[in-house]
Amino acid sequence: MTEATPRVVTFPLARERAFDPPDELTRCRAEAPVQRMLYPDGHEGWLVTGYAEARAILADSRFSTRPELLHSPIAQRGELNEEPLTPGFFVRMDAPEHTRYRRLLTGQFTVRRMKELEPRIHEITESRLDAMEREGAPADLVESFALPIPSLVICEMLGVPYEDREKFQRDSAVLVNLDSSMEDVRAAVQDLFAYLHGLVELKAKEPDDDLLSGLVAGGELTTEELGGVALLLLIAGHETTANMLGLGTFALLTNPGQLALVRDDPAAVDNAVEELLRYLSIVHIGPTRTALADVMVGDALIRAGEAVTLSLAAANRDPGRFEGGDTLDVTRPAHGHLSFGHGIHQCLGQQLARIEMRIAYPALLRRFPNLRLAVPAREVPLRSNMAIYGVHRLPVLW
Amino acid sequence: MKIKADTGRCVGAGMCALTLPEVFDQSEDDGTVVVLDPGPPTALGPAVRRAVQLCPSGALSVEE
Repeated sequence: MTEATPRVVTFPLARERAFDPPDELTRCRAEAPVQRMLYPDGHEGWLVTGYAEARAILADSRFSTRPELLHSPIAQRGELNEEPLTPGFFVRMDAPEHTRYRRLLTGQFTVRRMKELEPRIHEITESRLDAMEREGAPADLVESFALPIPSLVICEMLGVPYEDREKFQRDSAVLVNLDSSMEDVRAAVQDLFAYLHGLVELKAKEPDDDLLSGLVAGGELTTEELGGVALLLLIAGHETTANMLGLGTFALLTNPGQLALVRDDPAAVDNAVEELLRYLSIVHIGPTRTALADVMVGDALIRAGEAVTLSLAAANRDPGRFEGGDTLDVTRPAHGHLSFGHGIHQCLGQQLARIEMRIAYPALLRRFPNLRLAVPAREVPLRSNMAIYGVHRLPVLW
Repeated sequence: MKIKADTGRCVGAGMCALTLPEVFDQSEDDGTVVVLDPGPPTALGPAVRRAVQLCPSGALSVEE
């Protein structure tokens, strides 16, 4: 049985190296893949850093995601759990409630549907590369490439006018910034809902051939639920892939041999994307769950009511699952990583994210074969204080 | 080899269709799994087992 005294005091966020999880998480995994952690609200819960244990918890319906049961692993967002659940925000629901919302959307995100978007994603990518060439080096790759591509794609898919991006990108940045005050977070949520509810009304009056119009016409969701679903898809759709493109390019630029494989060998790209997902694990806090019953995980007995916080980054580097996992190796079999989660909440948009990355990385590296950092690597600002890890900016030359 | 799919459990993540599109597809309607070939040739065994293993919801099983 695992030692019952809490040892880890807070979930570590600060990193010693840009691409590796905090050393404390690696130490924890070597000591005990499931161990006690004291939460900022005083709760004595658990920290899970092992691959098999994290995967088992994500697949187990005895672990709930409902916000009212949750204990936040980080002090900054404790109060958020006291807010009432946003209608339609189904990532914070258990089955069967969750199933109802997810089923309305899964048909829109199938492998085949996403494949149909390939030509349009190529077009968007090439037009961003043209713009970079026109404007000339140096450029911030986040602003000129990594953020606009997924943003444009999700806007077109949902039916959100891209011209409105000022209205949601700023508020979305406030939401994912862990240093934002609760006041600012509440204001940003209100602004976003006001915007999205207006959009839902517009889609009811003037339906188009987009996902949001389809959901409105389907008539199964209230305006409030539609707002929650749209908020979830909009934020998840651009914050995540954008950070994978920014941080992934940074990782490749500091590993020239790996970069050359992605640039020169089309057959290497699909697996390289899986390896970058595994190696970078940009969802760096949680997921978090609460046990609904007593459950044995590995050799730890987790009692009903106790919180578990997973470190996907530590699990994806578990030497028991990925040998030499601290090295970026785009030729390793990287499938089975937990970067999109596992279980019923596994990322709805993962096939879209894959296609975006499979197109964008090689297109960028082929257009600019001499792409390089414009500043020393240690000066690239890291998003340790954001809900999704990545780089704030990536100054590049070519 | 016989593949069984539980569409009630399926969450439409698409891992099976991504891994082995010759054998797995997804419904146009709700994205749940459609098994195109429930008794695929033995040569596909390793890929089928991988698809089953990658399924996030445990909706797939295979009888050898």
